[in-house]
Amino acid sequence: MSETTVVEAKNLDLTFPTNDGPVQALKDVNLSIEKGEFVSFIGPSGCGKTTFLRVMAALETPTGGTITVNGVSPEEARKSRAYGYVFQAAGLYPWRTIAGNIKLPLEIMGFSRSERDRRVKDVLQLVDLEGFGGKYPWQLSGGMQQRASIARALGFDADILLMDEPFGALDEIVRDHLNEQLLALWDRTGKTIGFVTHSIPEAVYLSTKIVVMSPRPGRITDVIDSPLPRKRPLEIRDTPEFIEIAHRVREGLRAGHGDD
Amino acid sequence: MRSVLPVLSVVAMILGLWYAACLPMNIKGVLTEAERAGATVTPEGGKARRDMSEFALLVANGFAIPATWAQERPRLPAPHQVAIELWDTTVMKKITSKRSLVYHGWVTLSATLLGFVIGTGLGILLAIGIVHSRVMDMSVMPWAIVSQTIPIIALAPMIIVVLYSIGVQGIVPKAVISAYLSFFPVVVGMVKGLRSPDAMQLDLLRTYNASNGQGFWKLRLPASMPYLFASLKIGVAASLVGAIVGELPTGAVSGLGARLLAGSYYGQTVQIWSALFAAAILAAVLVGVLGLIETRVLKRMGMT
Repeated sequence: MSETTVVEAKNLDLTFPTNDGPVQALKDVNLSIEKGEFVSFIGPSGCGKTTFLRVMAALETPTGGTITVNGVSPEEARKSRAYGYVFQAAGLYPWRTIAGNIKLPLEIMGFSRSERDRRVKDVLQLVDLEGFGGKYPWQLSGGMQQRASIARALGFDADILLMDEPFGALDEIVRDHLNEQLLALWDRTGKTIGFVTHSIPEAVYLSTKIVVMSPRPGRITDVIDSPLPRKRPLEIRDTPEFIEIAHRVREGLRAGHGDD
Repeated sequence: MRSVLPVLSVVAMILGLWYAACLPMNIKGVLTEAERAGATVTPEGGKARRDMSEFALLVANGFAIPATWAQERPRLPAPHQVAIELWDTTVMKKITSKRSLVYHGWVTLSATLLGFVIGTGLGILLAIGIVHSRVMDMSVMPWAIVSQTIPIIALAPMIIVVLYSIGVQGIVPKAVISAYLSFFPVVVGMVKGLRSPDAMQLDLLRTYNASNGQGFWKLRLPASMPYLFASLKIGVAASLVGAIVGELPTGAVSGLGARLLAGSYYGQTVQIWSALFAAAILAAVLVGVLGLIETRVLKRMGMT
C-alpha cells in the first residue's frame, strides 16, 4: 500500500441475513483507490455497488476481509471527517434555508459561527449557488437541490466524496450539466470521489477508474483505468476512445450477467 | 366562498330535522299543559293519550304544534330556544354571575388548558422515551393503550376521591383527568412523528457522527411537527371532555359539567342543551386556534 492509497479493500465479504436465508452482497472484493481518483461503480441492481460505498462510509460492517480508509478503519475515518456522503435524494431539511442546510454538518461537528458562515459562502460558490443561501429548498429546482446537497458534503473539508447515484433522479439534460460541473469541482478541489451509477456514459465520462460489478454474489468483474484526459468537454463522448471504453464496460456488464 | 352553500344547506337540513323532531318529542307534554290551562284537546285525559302514538296526537291536535317549540321545560328544546338561552347566559349576563355561561366556560376551560399542557408534556416525554429506548417501546405503549380502554366516567370519581384524600382539590383533579385523556393521542402522534425521518436522513446524520441528542434536536423533533399538531387537535378536544367529565362526579357548582348536571337535576333541558353547545363551541374554538397555529408554523417550516 503506497502513500497515496486512500481506500484499500482486501478479500471483502458481506453477507446480509434475510428471511429467505443469507444474501451475499459482496464476495471477495479487492480494490484500491488512489488519492485524487474519480472512481465509478457500475453494475445492475443487487451487484453490491451501493453496499461497497456504504462499507467505505462505515454505514455497513463487512462480515469478512479488511478495508481501510486513509489507512484506518472506516469507523475511525468517519470520526476524523474523512468523507462527505451524497445520497440519491438531496434530503435537504425543508425547515432550513440552503445555507442552514449546509451548516447542519458544521453545527454537528462544532465549527464556530463565523467559520460556518465563511464555509457556507465558499461551498455555495463551488457549486455555483451564490445568492441562493437564503432560499428554502422548495424554491429550488431538483438539480439545484442536489447541488446544495453536494455543497453540504463539501463544507467540512472531507478529502473523500462518496456519491450514491446522486443524479439518478434527474433528467438527462440537467444530469449532463451537473456531470460537467462535478468534473470541474473535482478538478479544482483534488478530492477523491467514489461514485455509484448505473449509467454507462456517465461512468465513462466522469471516471479515471471504472469498477464493473455483477450480482449474486456481488463482486467486481472488471476494473478499467480510463485513458481519457482530466479535462473533458461533453463532446468527448463522441470520440473513439470514449466509445471503446463504453464498449468494454458493456462487455463487462454482459459477462457478469452470463450466469442468468 | 363556494363552500358556503353546501355548509348552509347542511345546517338548514339539521335545523329542519331538529324542529320536526320537537313535534313528536314534546306533543304529550304540550297537550297536558294545554288541558290543564283549560283548552280542549282530543282525546281528553292524560290516561287516554298515554298509549297513543305521538303522530296520531299531532294530527288530532294541530293547534298545539307551535307550542311544541315554546315549552319552558320541553323534552327536546327547539333550536331557537337553545340559541336564546345561549345569548342570555353569555352576552346578557355579567361574567361574574353564577348563571353566566362565560363564567362556567372559563372554569372548565382553565382546567382543560392545564390538563392539556400536562397531557401534552407527558405525551411528548413518553414518546421521546419510546423512540429512544427499546425497553420503553415494549413496556409503555401497551399500558398507554390499556389506559384508554378504561371508561373515563368510571375512572374519574376514583381519581377525584384519591386526590381529595391526599389534599388535592379544585382545578387539579379535573386537569389530571384532562391530561389522562389528552396524553394518548400525543404519544401516538409523536412516536410516529419522531420516527418519520427515513433511513437516508438517519444515515446522513451517521456520516456526520452526530449524537442521538443532535439527531433529536436537529432532525427528529422538527420532522415530527406535522404529527404533533394533528395530535394536539385531537388532544385538546379530549381534554375538554375530560374536564367536563371531571366536574360530574363531584357535584361541582361551577363549570360546564356542573351546568349539565344541574340542568338534568331540575329538568332544565334548555340549560343542558345550551351547556352542550357551549362546550361544542369551545372545543371548535380550541381546535380552530390550534389549526391556525399549525398552518402558520408548518408554512414557516416549509412543511405544508
